[in-house]
This record gives sequence, structure tokens and C-alpha cells, in this order.
Amino acid sequence: MTVLAITEHRRGELRDVSYEVITAGRELADELGGELHLGVISGDVDAFADDVNRDGVDAIHTVDHGEEFNHDVYAQAIPQLYETSGADVLLMPNTVNGLDYAPAVADDLDLPLLTDAIALDGGDVTEVTREQYGGKVETTFDVDAEAYALTVRPAEWPRAEGDGDAPVGAVDVDIDEDAIGSEVTGFEEVGSGDVDITEADVLVSVGRGIEDEENIVLIEELADTLGATLSSSRPIVDNGWLPKNRQVGQSGKVVTPDVYIAIGISGAVQHVAGMKGADTIVAINTDPSAPIYDLADYGIVDDLFDVVPELIEEFGGEAPNL
Amino acid sequence: MKILVTVKEVAEVEDEFQISGLDVDESYLEYDLNEWDDYAVEEAVQTSEENDDVEVVTVTIGPERAEETVRMALAKGADRAVRVWDDALEGAEYLSVEAKAELLAAVAEEEEPDLVFSGVQAADDSNGATGVALANKLDMEWAAVVNTLDLDIEGEVAHVHRELEGGIEELTDVQTPAVLTIQSGINEPRYASLRGIRQAQQKPLDVHGLGDLGLDESTLDADIERTSMYEPESEGDATLWEGSAEETAGELADFLREKGVVEG
Repeated sequence: MTVLAITEHRRGELRDVSYEVITAGRELADELGGELHLGVISGDVDAFADDVNRDGVDAIHTVDHGEEFNHDVYAQAIPQLYETSGADVLLMPNTVNGLDYAPAVADDLDLPLLTDAIALDGGDVTEVTREQYGGKVETTFDVDAEAYALTVRPAEWPRAEGDGDAPVGAVDVDIDEDAIGSEVTGFEEVGSGDVDITEADVLVSVGRGIEDEENIVLIEELADTLGATLSSSRPIVDNGWLPKNRQVGQSGKVVTPDVYIAIGISGAVQHVAGMKGADTIVAINTDPSAPIYDLADYGIVDDLFDVVPELIEEFGGEAPNL
Repeated sequence: MKILVTVKEVAEVEDEFQISGLDVDESYLEYDLNEWDDYAVEEAVQTSEENDDVEVVTVTIGPERAEETVRMALAKGADRAVRVWDDALEGAEYLSVEAKAELLAAVAEEEEPDLVFSGVQAADDSNGATGVALANKLDMEWAAVVNTLDLDIEGEVAHVHRELEGGIEELTDVQTPAVLTIQSGINEPRYASLRGIRQAQQKPLDVHGLGDLGLDESTLDADIERTSMYEPESEGDATLWEGSAEETAGELADFLREKGVVEG
């Protein structure tokens, strides 16, 4: 059984997940008793292939077509790579771009698809572990098929290290230009502004638990009192209660403060991706099973509307009347 | 022009819950309109308000219970709704992405929409895959994780921003007809007005079974089977401060002072 893993790059650089799919793919290939092949599509494919030529990779296939990711190119190229490499299992990154082609490719190849895998156990029947209900539970699935497609969650597998000596071959795939109905015209960096939360030593971060826009002042007051910087999880920004440059997480900023105080934040994986590098994490959340407590060094399982005013007063501030 | 919006009623789990069998016990689940679909409905309704002759149709796979959620989408401005359900679906253990896309595609083929809006993902299963799979089945273009949409109806192009990781947006032009998966934050979903809620009761809500869509039970066959559900063991070793709010806040204050990050 051969595993074909697809790498990912953006604006001239390989993304971390490219090295992680090698680890996940190698483990799975070992369990299935097969080879690990990599697909490198678009961009500087030779340099990328050289970079991902790590220990455990058996073959690398490159498709030199265009600079940046385009889902129509990927959706055409991958099925052809899959056929030429004789792959059985297709492994793709569970990223924004991965989810922009994986479902189409799986559908074209008629492969059962499971996304966002956090653990794999290969065998006659492969067991795939996923999260459900926002990470409150984990679920296992048996995939009872000879061939299948999976996307794997970034940062769940370690990066593959160690140089490899896999043969690299350019594959001449047939790309129908008329079937490319989308065009990437540029990129935009968002969320810059007056405050740079990545520079802060202490972040006071507010999440959905604050319930109402009017209550944000409570957390602002706490940040002011502590001389800390205010940040937030995604829902606060989605609601327009704080600007985008305050958002911590996968689609926001990655922060590494000395102290991160998460208030009313459940700790969804997308948020955790942005703050797990904090030195000390303190959580204030009423739900003792919230995933934030898997990560926190200290916690207060209580109502933020009771605890935060007390904390403000501890430091001589005055809690706003809500 | 017609916009089809895929809408899912999702289950939310209460803070304290129990698992029975392969799912969370029903008594700990609350049902609501999927958050991402709320944004998708809003985007469609805004498009219908900004342009002439735009019909917004929602499609849902779900049991009768889901009609409350569907009516909410109608109250927010959708014109009519289709719900897909029958005994075969009721009895299905697991609905794969493939099966959902197939069902939705069958409805889309009847409706012939110019645009399909799907939420990026459902809050309960978080597959994040159905919209793009649907596009492929319909042989339509698509864009995943759209957080800005500028529609050129005459030119048959959707100028979109796709929200990538790390605060980067990709600017993409997509030919229509297309399926766009809509990211939260793209707009401000409205609350249903009382008038809207009253009107929603009169709006058409058709129910289709597999047979009505020209499909049979084989559509629901999957090589994937859910085998277990469990609460993940906490990997955490957090020190939990206990006591009254005053006491715990005091502990945290002491900690911050010791850490030297806060003065006073």
C-alpha cells in the first residue's frame, strides 16, 4: 500500500505542514507495509523537492505548473499523480488550501474522505481519530477500503527531520487550461494597525464567554490595570467587538507572551494554534472540561463576571458597572 | 438569479454531558442553526437585497426537528426551503461527506442555482468538506473559506478573499456559477424580525426523500463507520485555584506579582 502525501507552500516558502505530512505519511506507510511518496505541485518545485527530501520518503513527484497554489491545478494534477505513483492512500494537509482541493480530488477519485485527522492507525481497516463538537469529544472511525483520502491536522505530527535520498521525478501531467476557472490575483496582509499583540509580554485575552459587546470594557479595564495588552479569540473579532489585529489564533496572530490570561475562551484548536507558545497560561472559564484547561498552567473554574472585578480591585483599579 | 444556501441544524453539547453509545446522550444536546451557515444565509439575503430578482433557497438535510432552524433562515429573508429526509436517512448510522454532497447535488440539479453558499464547516462534525465536494459534483467552480465577496453578476465573476492562515488573505477571481464556502465574520448576521418570523410560516418548505431526488439507499453507503466516541483525557496539569471569586482572584494576583509581570 503506497501513501501519497501532498506538500504545501505559499509565496515561495514551504509551510510547516509539508514536513508534518511526511511524518504522518511515513508512520501510516509503515503500518500498511508500503512506500511513502510525496507530491510537490507549483512554485519552485526543484527547491521544494530538495527541502522535503527527508528520511523516510521513498519517492518525490513534482508538477511544475504556475507559481502559487491554484485549486484547479491541484485538482487536476493530484488524480494524475495518484495514478502514476500507484498510490492507495492520499494524505493531504487539513489547511485552508488543503480543504480547497481535497474534497474535489477525493470525489474525482471516488475515495472515501475523512478530514482533520488527529491520529491514524493503519491496518486492514484503518482507524482515524477526529474531534467532534468543538473538541469536546474524540471519535474514531474505521475506514474499510483499499483506497481512501485523509486530511491531517497541522501541528499534530512532528516535523520530519533527517536528510533523505528519494529519487525526484518531474511528472508531465496534463493540465486543461480551459478547466481553470479561478485565478489568484494577489495576497493581502490583514490585521496590522496601532497595536502589535505579538510584542506584548502580558496578554489579557477575551473570548465568547464575555457574552456581550458592552461587557468588553471589563476586560479592557483589567488589561489597563495590569499594564497588559488586550487580545481576543475569533468570535469577538467576527462580531466586530474588537479589530482584527487583536485576534489570536490560526487566522490571526501567533503570540508568545510571558503570561497569557485567557478569559471566557474555550480553547478551540484554531485558537490554541496561536497561543500555545506562551510561557505561562492562565485560564478563567466556567467549563472545567473546556480544552483550554489541557493547556493552562493555572486555572480558575468560575464565572469571569465574578473573578475579573475582584482581580481589578486587587490591583487598585475600579471595575466598571455592567 | 438564484442562490442556494446549504443550511445545517447542528447539535451543541452542554458543559456537562454524558456519552451513550456512539454519540453524546440526546438530553445534553441543544440544536441551533450552524454558525457558519448563519453567515452564508446573511450573505445570500444581502445579495438579494442589493440586486433585482434574486431568489434565495435554503437546502437542509435533517429530520423534522430541523424545520425550526430552517424557518429561522426563512425569517431572516430566504424565500423558500427544501429539506431532504426520509426513513432511509433516519436509519443511517453515518452520513459521509460524499453522501451529503450527493444529496445536496441532487437538489441543486433541480434548482439550477447561479451561486451556492455553504458554511465553511458545521460546528458539530467540522468536516469542512461538503461545499467543495458539492461543487465538484455539480461541475461548478468554487472557493473555500471566503471572507469577502464582491459579486460581478454581469461579468459572471465572484471576486473573493479567501482567509488563509496567519492573517493572510488570498484574492481570487472565481467564475460563476460557483460554490462559495462562507467564513464567519464576512458580514453581520441579522436577527429575525417578528414580521420576518410571521412571514416565514407562510413560506414554502418542501420535503424530499431519496426517491424524489432520483436516488436510492446506495447513496448512503459508506466505507466509513464510526466506532467509538469518548471524552479525551485531559492532558492538562493545570493548578486550579479554588474558593470564592475574591480568593481565587487573590491567588492569581499573587502569582502575577511573583512573576514580576505586574506591579502593585
